[in-house]
Parts: sequence; C-alpha cells; structure tokens
Amino acid sequence: MMSVSRKTTAALTRSAMRHILLMTIAAFALLPFAVMVSTSLKPADEIFSDSVRWWPHKLAFVENYNQALSTAPLALYLLNGVIVTLAIFFLQVLVSLPAAYALAKLRFIGRRIAFCFVLFCLLIPYHAIAVPLFIMLYFVDLLDSYSALVLPFTISVFGIFLMRQFFMGVPDDLVDAARMDGLSELSIVWRVMLPAAIPALTAFGVFSIVAHWNDYFWPLIAVSSDGYFTPPLGVMAFRNAEAGTNFGPLMAAATIIVAPLIALFLLAQRRFIEGIAFTGIK
Amino acid sequence: MTLSASQNRAGLALMAPAAMLAVIFLLLPLLAIFVLAFTDYQLGDRTLHFIGFDNFRELADEPIFWTSLGNTLLYSAVVVPGSVTLGLVSALLIDARTSLRSFYRTVFFLPVMASLLAMAVVWEFMLHPSFGIVNTALKAIGLAPHNWLKDGDIALYVLAVIGIWQSFGFNMVLFMAGLSAIPRDLYDAAEIDGAPNAWARFSLITWPLLAPVTVFVSITAMIRSFQVFDTVHALTQGGPSKSTEVLLYTIYAEGFEFFRSGRAAAITVVFIALVVAVSLMRFVSFKKNGKPA
Repeated sequence: MMSVSRKTTAALTRSAMRHILLMTIAAFALLPFAVMVSTSLKPADEIFSDSVRWWPHKLAFVENYNQALSTAPLALYLLNGVIVTLAIFFLQVLVSLPAAYALAKLRFIGRRIAFCFVLFCLLIPYHAIAVPLFIMLYFVDLLDSYSALVLPFTISVFGIFLMRQFFMGVPDDLVDAARMDGLSELSIVWRVMLPAAIPALTAFGVFSIVAHWNDYFWPLIAVSSDGYFTPPLGVMAFRNAEAGTNFGPLMAAATIIVAPLIALFLLAQRRFIEGIAFTGIK
Repeated sequence: MTLSASQNRAGLALMAPAAMLAVIFLLLPLLAIFVLAFTDYQLGDRTLHFIGFDNFRELADEPIFWTSLGNTLLYSAVVVPGSVTLGLVSALLIDARTSLRSFYRTVFFLPVMASLLAMAVVWEFMLHPSFGIVNTALKAIGLAPHNWLKDGDIALYVLAVIGIWQSFGFNMVLFMAGLSAIPRDLYDAAEIDGAPNAWARFSLITWPLLAPVTVFVSITAMIRSFQVFDTVHALTQGGPSKSTEVLLYTIYAEGFEFFRSGRAAAITVVFIALVVAVSLMRFVSFKKNGKPA
C-alpha cells in the first residue's frame, strides 16, 4: 500500500513537472499572439502606459479595427491572397498530376532524366532564381500583375515529386483495369489517380497554400501597386503608412491578416499538421 | 514491361506541360544565374558584357559580403540547435502520454502557420524600447532594458530568437512523427530489463532510434535558416551597421534595390553552393539510413 501511494505521488510530480515545462513553452509560443490581440483592443493611452494589462480598461475594439480597415484596403489584400494562392494551387495540380502519373506509371524515353531533373530542382530554393525571373518578367512586361505573382509557381517540382511517390504505391492493376475500360491515359489521371490521391493532394494543398499565403520575398519583388498586394505586403504597407506608431490599429491590421489562415488551421488542425509532417521533407 | 510506342507517346504528352514550364521558370533562370554572375549586367541592359571572375574578385575584397556570409552562418548556428532542441523537448514531453496533448501540439504549431511578416511587426512592438512588453517585464524584475533591434551586438540574436519561435513547432511535428515509429514494446522490454528511469529509457532507446530523424530535422532546419529574410527586411534592413545583413537580404538589395543583377547573381551562386552542399548531406543521410526520400 505504502509503495503504491509513493509511486502515484512520484507519477503525479512527474506529470506536474511536465505540464509546467509545456506551459512555459506554450507561453513562449502564444505571447506574440496575446500581445497582438490584446493591443488591438486597447486605446492609445493604455498602450503607451508602463504596466502590463491583458484586458483593457476601456475597450477600443471598434475604433482600432475601424481605423485599420479604413486606412488600408485590408479586404482587398486578403482577396488578393485568396486569388493568388488558389490560382497557384489549381495550376500546380493541373500541371503536376499528369507529369507525376507519367513518371510513376508510364515508360517513355527520357523518364530517368526527367526524374533526375526533378530531384535536382528540389534542392534549389526559389529565392535563388529570383533575379533572372525578375529580369524575364521585366522584358515581357508582366511585372506588377497577378501573372507575376502566379506564373513562376505554376511548376512545382515538389508537387510532382510528392505525387509521383504516392502514385508509385497505387496498384498497377487499377491502371490496367481502367485501360481495359478504354480510358485514355489523361482520363486515367483525372478519373482514377486523382480520387485515389486525395490524402496526398490535401497534404500538398496545405503545403502550397500556407507557403504562398505567407510568402513575402517574391511578392515584394514582383509587384509594386497596392492593388496587387498580398496579405504580408499589406501588413508592411500599413506599418510604413502609419510610421509604426499607431499601434492599436496596426495590431488590429496584423490580427485581420493573420486570422484567416489560423482560423482554417484551428478548424482542420489534424489535416494541417499531418500535411506539413507529410511534406516535411521539403 | 516493354517500351510500347503508345505508352511512350502518352508519357511524353503528359510530361510536356510540366517540362515546358520547368524549362522556362526553372532551368533557364538557373542557367542565367551562372551566366549573369560573369557579367556586369544591370536591369534594362539589352546586351551582356562578360567580365570574367571580376564579380567574385570584388566580393572577396568586400567586407560586407563576408559580413553577410558570416551573419547567415551565425544566425543558422543559433537557430538550428535552438529550434531543433526545443522541437525535440516539446515532442518528448507531449509524447509521454500527456493529457492536453492536442492542445499543446496546436499551440506550438501556431507560429508556423501565422504569416511571419505580420508576426515580425508584432515582435517589433514587443521589443519597442519604451512601450514593449519585453522591456516592461525586464524593468519589473529589476533588469536593465535594451534597445533590442538597434543594438548591433544583439540584433542578430534577437532575430534568431524570433526564428526559433517561428520554427520549433515545425521541428516538433517531424519529431513526433519519428517518435510514433518507435515500437512501444521496446520501452516495456527496457523496463523489465531494469532501465530504471526516464533518462535511461531516453538514452538507450529514444535517442539512438531517433538519430536519423534528428539528422534530417537539423539539415532541414539549416536550409530553412539560410533563407532568413522576412524578419531582416521588416525589422532591421540589415542594420544596425550591417550586423544583421544576411545573404538573401544582400541579394535582394543588390538585385532589386540597386538593380546590379550581375553582382546579385554572383552572391546567389554562393548561396546556391551553400544550400546544395547542405542538401546533399540530406541525401547522404537518407541513403545511409534507408529512410525513403
């Protein structure tokens, strides 16, 4: 009896220690979000005070968010983010799925070279080719447009690689049966492989959408008129316009920009985390 | 299977769109980098003028280039161990049959999902010399406040802390995937064989079996850390006095602020060499451990 209770006490202590450590890390992870939301609710005089208060005396929610939305076209930036990320993902699927299927299931001249090229390109971060891409778009006069934001990412070697690995595991019988039914190779891609590949495709979608929604480097280079700004560019434009001192509305703007993806993540967190873990090889 | 003509045709046709786009948007730009690096090309020029290795010679003579390279490596040397260790510790703590498991996992993963640029603006506010929560907290416990982003001795480390904050949750998820692949009966067996405590179980089982994952996570973290840009551009612009100048920021400034494409290309060649060298380590570690790529 004695030893059992000692054992449970020890287990309880260990568990308490674990939670204290985890809570400390959680506080570190959450601190910027808490500061962001809390400041976005505060009137200026409470922001510039010396004490830490999480919940304001006087709620300035309406003022701050109103000012954020009227100072900058945040809704437009969010809409641009949706347009650009969805266009990129749609075109990536359209281009990579047939290629991935060909690499996984068809024998054709140059297949090995094509696959080696895919593996090689996986190594190169897109930042490395930004300078020539910029020059190219400059000469065809496509800079500062949706095309500039979308076109360079229509080819995703990562998407091709990921889907090819997944298609390798799809049984050949399935493909042969579809051929017997008289399906063309292209319809096999969309009617047989696509439905089988939904888990991999979801993972790739999470990866692609998160990466391009949050991307800052390329949009910063590719567009200059604020009609094309994506959410991260919008935050910077807002900060620069406000000279970074109007913290209440600035934090409100940051909250508005961060919220959609976080909301999506909280709704489908398993999908997101598994998707990122699955694509973690990138 | 033999090479049938119809399959060959179909394969080539299905590859064609991807191949065309890959040539335009990957292969040609990549080749262009290695050509531009040997020219004095400036944006808008219609001809190329080759200058041999002059760009590289100039870089070698310029302290700023070496500062930029050194800062990138230093940033990486702080962020990689920091984010990998914190990711591993988080994964181990969560994995130990903790209640609130999914709560912690979600919370630790939030920084990975949030736009780093927006959160950089929040960090800037937190680090504000007079109204920031960091200095307020320091003053409250009687420590000296700092001007975090304007002090050349610490600015890079401050950016590194933001880098760790942003990426440890990503590493945690990869470690959790690795941990779930370790069979539970190994731990039971170790307990029966007299491995007395958690530390013994960790050093006998978890650490050795997790080693390939750790190598993989570290290399991935290193490649990501070489690409640090958002926080530098938003918070310090490489300053104060070049103390946070990193490779990607130098490329950006040369290529897109001064439009000296040739020089930007030459620095890019160094950047590519660095990334490819580390990536090849990843392939080697895959081969050695037989983990599927």
